Amino acid sequence: MKKFKENFSERVFLLLALSALSVLALITVFIFTKGIPLIAKVGVVNFIFGMKWSPSQGSYGIFPMIVGTISVTLGAAIIGIPIAICCSIFLAEFAPATLRNIFRPAIQLLAGIPSVVYGFWGVLFIVPMIRNYLGGPGLSILAGSIILAIMILPTIISITEVTILALPRHYKDGALALGLTHWQTIRHLLLPAAKSGIVAAIILGLGRAVGETMAVIMVVGNAVALPETILDPVRTMTTNIGIEMGYASGEHQQALFATGIVLFIIIMIMNATAQYITRKK
Amino acid sequence: MIQQSKIVIKDLNLYYHEKQVVKELNLEIPQNEIFAIIGPSNSGITTTLRTLNRLCDLTFGARQEGEVLLDGKSIFNKNVNVTELRRKVGMVFDVPTPLPMSIFDNVAFGSNLNGKKSKAEVEEGVEKALRMSALWDDVKDRLNTPAARLSGGQQQRLCIARVLALEPEVILLDRPCSALDPISTAKIEDSLIQLKEQFTIIIAPHTIQQAGRIADRVAFMLMGDLIEQGITHEVFSVPKDKRTNDYLTGRFG
Amino acid sequence: MRIDAQTSQKIAKTLIWTAALFVIVVLFSIIIYILIKGIPMISWQFLTEIPRNMGRSGGISSSIVGTLLVTAVAVIVATPFGIGTAIYLTEYTREGRVTRIIRFSAESLAGIPSIVYGLFGFIFFVIYLKMGWSILSGGLTMAIMILPTIIRTSEEAIRTVPNLYREVGFSLGATKWQAITKTVLPSALPGIVNGVILSIGRCVAETAAVMLTAGSTLRMPISLLSPTRTMAVHFYILAREGISMENAYGTAALLIILILLINVGFNMLVNRFVSKGR
Repeated sequence: MKKFKENFSERVFLLLALSALSVLALITVFIFTKGIPLIAKVGVVNFIFGMKWSPSQGSYGIFPMIVGTISVTLGAAIIGIPIAICCSIFLAEFAPATLRNIFRPAIQLLAGIPSVVYGFWGVLFIVPMIRNYLGGPGLSILAGSIILAIMILPTIISITEVTILALPRHYKDGALALGLTHWQTIRHLLLPAAKSGIVAAIILGLGRAVGETMAVIMVVGNAVALPETILDPVRTMTTNIGIEMGYASGEHQQALFATGIVLFIIIMIMNATAQYITRKK
Repeated sequence: MIQQSKIVIKDLNLYYHEKQVVKELNLEIPQNEIFAIIGPSNSGITTTLRTLNRLCDLTFGARQEGEVLLDGKSIFNKNVNVTELRRKVGMVFDVPTPLPMSIFDNVAFGSNLNGKKSKAEVEEGVEKALRMSALWDDVKDRLNTPAARLSGGQQQRLCIARVLALEPEVILLDRPCSALDPISTAKIEDSLIQLKEQFTIIIAPHTIQQAGRIADRVAFMLMGDLIEQGITHEVFSVPKDKRTNDYLTGRFG
Repeated sequence: MRIDAQTSQKIAKTLIWTAALFVIVVLFSIIIYILIKGIPMISWQFLTEIPRNMGRSGGISSSIVGTLLVTAVAVIVATPFGIGTAIYLTEYTREGRVTRIIRFSAESLAGIPSIVYGLFGFIFFVIYLKMGWSILSGGLTMAIMILPTIIRTSEEAIRTVPNLYREVGFSLGATKWQAITKTVLPSALPGIVNGVILSIGRCVAETAAVMLTAGSTLRMPISLLSPTRTMAVHFYILAREGISMENAYGTAALLIILILLINVGFNMLVNRFVSKGR
């Protein structure tokens, strides 16, 4: 009887553990079955490289949105990564205990603030600032990049900090004992040793940026056109779904799911890469 | 042997993955005595103790050949209820392991798992166990405080009480005093000498001196081999094997 | 020109300190600005009245109730699955193909954008399972979103429980089930609770996924199958459509206060009731 109970509980736990896998499978199956018919009808090349998105006329090309996503994400990377890495070095190496005890929960809080609040803050401060000092409508790639740069900080900072802290203590002691300065030790020893962790952190952070919707909707302007400068408005793949899901139906709705498929594939590739890098270590 | 043997170990070979940890061990452990197994680390002593209540089952890659009889019955038999075996053969570890709960709950832990005892019986059992481990007077007024607040020596006596509350027949102690100061160690040794009236005690002492102070018999193990065993004062005064003599006189480092 | 070691150290240190302080300043400026603008809007009426005139006037009570219910559904559904998975990964199996697949799935789920969850929740719960826009659809979608967080935090918490605890359990005659529930889980509890709290915060803050699955009605929900508009969605609609800036600030301030409470208050609570056990 006891034996039976033990075996039974193991089965139950296995079933619970398979929930993550089955949900992932469900998501894949449902999004793909809903979106694939439209991609099949329009053609993969026309869908991905088409320049025109006009659901009322039946044209579904998402190339401008792919460009939108890439440019906003790149912008976030250029602004956010240096700041994030500085912050994690600060946390792991330089911060006095009291500051660290403020900084760490603050970063956690940064991750907890609703993304709509970031978007709202962007509309109130970043967008007018860009409009007044740099010109253009303000709602732009730059605005999106700045907001996303802030939003990806917690992901990159926390993973990088953990990676640096996990390095064996004797690395640092050894280098300092050789007469290197603290910064030389960080620059030539700790950062290279933590490289794979940092790269994984960056990829995960950028995955966040690619996938973020609500904050981006509010600050990028959402015009479906190829941008010429970073002050032009764009529409990303996520905002395309976020804006139009509310009223889309039929083929139009399928096209939004198809956009979701492209997004899903990009994210899965980024995730798998990050996981591969961390595991290789 | 004059007394009845509580545990008989026959041709026991213990392996961890491919490595043999204990070779052809034969021991008879008499009832109501303190039996010490001494030897340097990596001699297979801990593994041997952990085999006696089949805690080894939990270690991936551990396997055994041979026989261990408890009251004449094999503990490896398929029909043996492992949980009951572990209640009969209790174990105290080398570091104090209070569970994250109150003093009372720690001692009552084993009895509560069974759920067959009434509240009054459990309370009585806890008091008895704490008295036997000489902790009662220290803690009787604060049974509901967290066990982690006790000192290291008190925590270890709590762990002994926790085992005693199960009303076991054999108590295994794996270097129980290695993390303790001399005064706490002396208290525990006193309790153990009292306890052998009712229990059979097998201890892996952390020093040779401890074996000399409390053990009725000792066995000396080295690299998985049993080198010598016998009445403690005989082994300590006239060791038959040169290696035993080297170990006892500190030439093993 | 070569910069000597001491100078480069100084430059680097300055840069790093500046970056860190800059982040702190930005974070606090966001929070403080919203709080200053929003807190004056929060009154008893604001908390207890339902929205009138599309949210132009009245309070946000129906959104508060909706948020709490969606969060409750998500946490109640996801927690057993998350902890169960963590127990399976740590206690019942050794590293191998099964654990790799489960871990890969969980980590992949963690990376999927919330808008994709929204799409899935819409097509699966709302349409396919015919739950419609409802608290249940929204809650179940959120349950899937927070599942990886609960799995990861619980697994980490359970892994840090020293093996000795398990052995103590077993040596006192516990069955595997008893060893897990009586010794391992209580020791891992603070970590597990922390994961659940993080997840509650995510549910409260989430917008995209709930907007597509729970709907956006302002009526007070009467059952789990009623549609609802959570606070984050309400704030988004108020701000984006310029319906009422006052009420938008008020809602945002309330959201931030909730998140702060969840982060700080619960942590203190956990510390208190955990320290009781040790």
